[in-house]
Amino acid sequence: MSSINPMMDSTYSKPKDSREWLSGSDILLRALLEEGVECVFGYPGGAVLYIYDAMHGNPDFRHMLARHEQGAIHAADGYARSTGRTGVVMATSGPGAANLVTGIATAYMDSVPLVVITGNVASDLIGTDSFQEVDIVGISQPITKHSFFVRKASDLARIVREAFYIAGTGRKGPVLIDIPKDVSAEKAVYERPDKVYVPGYSDALEASGQPDEERLDELISAIQQSERPLLLAGAGVIHAEASEELRAFVDGTGIPVTTTLLGLGAIPAEHDLWLGMPGMHGTYAANQALIHCDLLISVGARFDDRVTMRLDGFAPKAKIAHIDIDSAEIGKLVSVAIPIKGDARQTLERLNQKLPRAVQRKLPWIEQLQKLKSDYRLRYKPSESELKPQYVIEMISRTTAGEAIVTTDVGQHQMWTAQYYRFRRPRSLITSGGLGTMGFGFPSAIGAQIGNPDRIVVSVNGDGGMQMCAQELAICAIHNIPVKIAVINNGTLGMIRQWQELIYEGRYSHIDLSGSPDFVKLAEAYGVKGLRASSPAEAEQVWQEALATPGPVLIDFIVSPEELVYPMVPQGQGLQDIKLGPDIGGEAHE
Amino acid sequence: MSNRFLLSATVNDTPGVLQRVAGLFSRRSYNIESITVGPCEQEGRSRMIVAARGDDALVRQMCSQLSKLIDVLDVVQLQERPFVSRDLMLVKLRMEPSKRSELQSLIDTFRCSVIDVSPDTVILQVVGDTEKNDAFLQLLRPYGILEMTRTGETAMSRGLGEREPTSIG
Repeated sequence: MSSINPMMDSTYSKPKDSREWLSGSDILLRALLEEGVECVFGYPGGAVLYIYDAMHGNPDFRHMLARHEQGAIHAADGYARSTGRTGVVMATSGPGAANLVTGIATAYMDSVPLVVITGNVASDLIGTDSFQEVDIVGISQPITKHSFFVRKASDLARIVREAFYIAGTGRKGPVLIDIPKDVSAEKAVYERPDKVYVPGYSDALEASGQPDEERLDELISAIQQSERPLLLAGAGVIHAEASEELRAFVDGTGIPVTTTLLGLGAIPAEHDLWLGMPGMHGTYAANQALIHCDLLISVGARFDDRVTMRLDGFAPKAKIAHIDIDSAEIGKLVSVAIPIKGDARQTLERLNQKLPRAVQRKLPWIEQLQKLKSDYRLRYKPSESELKPQYVIEMISRTTAGEAIVTTDVGQHQMWTAQYYRFRRPRSLITSGGLGTMGFGFPSAIGAQIGNPDRIVVSVNGDGGMQMCAQELAICAIHNIPVKIAVINNGTLGMIRQWQELIYEGRYSHIDLSGSPDFVKLAEAYGVKGLRASSPAEAEQVWQEALATPGPVLIDFIVSPEELVYPMVPQGQGLQDIKLGPDIGGEAHE
Repeated sequence: MSNRFLLSATVNDTPGVLQRVAGLFSRRSYNIESITVGPCEQEGRSRMIVAARGDDALVRQMCSQLSKLIDVLDVVQLQERPFVSRDLMLVKLRMEPSKRSELQSLIDTFRCSVIDVSPDTVILQVVGDTEKNDAFLQLLRPYGILEMTRTGETAMSRGLGEREPTSIG
């Protein structure tokens, strides 16, 4: 580790002043506590030694030591997504900061509020390629909402305030604060500004929440004229805490609704008008609704390519209304007839107030969609002997009554979770939608459990992703964090295998995960209970045991590698090219 | 329809702000012709003039993406109102003293100035909008251009009226 700069010792000598002088590190910790931070996930190193030294004498400050910076940031992300509060992660300079990059990008793609604190080498070493130096502000620029490089300790309290303000308002996102080592030692007076005002940003923010009334009137008249209206709800509804307003809008208008991957839980799965998830692995009903609707109202969704598939096949007959807090999303991918810049909650609330009673009509369209929903419901071939991955998800959903927080990794199990877990509440599915980050599923569950000590948190992973951040089993064991870790173990990189089977003519290239550890023994090696099941009966039994266990449990569910995720719209094709697979449709098939 | 357009942005005069703007353009594959940046009438702020090509949808995207940068305080699309623009160009020509009189008529027409003379070369300075400077450059080519450098276009809207950020949506 780099030696401590002797120059800095002088900064510790107390200036002659009656005000309270604190080190940059103490200022940082105090500022974080004033923001209401419950827990910081992090990993120490040379450039943050002063900050960790300050923690040592600060019992109010809760820090959780990860085993890898990537685990720390995904935990902070899971905390943020599940609580709606800003997550905080801390790492040292150089490799510590660089290890955060995937996590920062994950949060950025899904608009998750994080404050990312990195140490850097001392100011006089910056730019000299010194030990463990990396330009993290430069590296993270395209994947942060904003970043700060702190030049003096006296700026720190203000910067922390601004960072939380920027991360947690408007379209949320990660904000990075890079603190050179000397700044964390330097003494300054703690001065937290009463009001936070960021020129340009604050004014735009103030103007952005309330939607334009004329546009809303336009939308209402479009609804009145529409024969085949459809609502597409995305993560923005959840970020804005707008689920109740969404529900009221759906109930008030009788408009059917489809929710994106990140919008799942915005409306309860049992709702009559909910059609399921759209897109690549979406339901037949949701995709048909998108193809045939004449009015598409998107709320807080950004027309991701996994939702739209080929753009020319996406809602080709529809007039599109787009409600979004971020005006850069409006018109980015699809042309929008009724652009409405606004916060999802405020906009839906206002719409609900304005809607005339006569707006709800019995449209034949709704019956048609409900028929599709039942004729083409998600299905797989059940088996008494063989454990199907879909069965495992259904079992988890049934036994937790759709009320658990479920985190996933990325791949087949993620899609099965989206399809078969019946989410009843917002902030319940924690998944990396935009970036599709493997290694996210397990550590994010740790953060979700810290933020929601009273809820059941289930982490669903594949055997591939489980090995990308398995080291965080240590946190679960040490702090007795009762996450139920399901490994859907098919011995292969299932989603890649699926593509290789369907698109690359069965040429399976480097997807065999032979050589993976015995996950039960791996869990036990960390002091976490491990269980295994390879039939439906065993699965039911060990899962009950897992739920009854007060601490963390890992359950290794051995499933077949042949199972495929259906429906599927192959990449490069339109929603009309949906493949239902062998089990969906049944008698409805011709 | 791909047009040339100019954006005028007021930005915080902080280290890295040019990198943020340039990084945004490269990440989103926007083609820019030039960026000029320098102090403006507000203390602690700079003005950035971006010249780029694209259709209306792209211009709107660029404006809204730019506006999202915290260090960008406002963005104005100059074509929405009358504006003036200037680009400064320095051109070094190989020129024996005997040929210099020939050049005089061009210099008069384009109102440029000779700012350096050596036994074999002259340096011309010309200030104008991009089209004028492009045209002048064409006329100079036969004389043998040794070196050329341009500042890129800087611009502002004409007359009174506050800077109104480009409206979106």
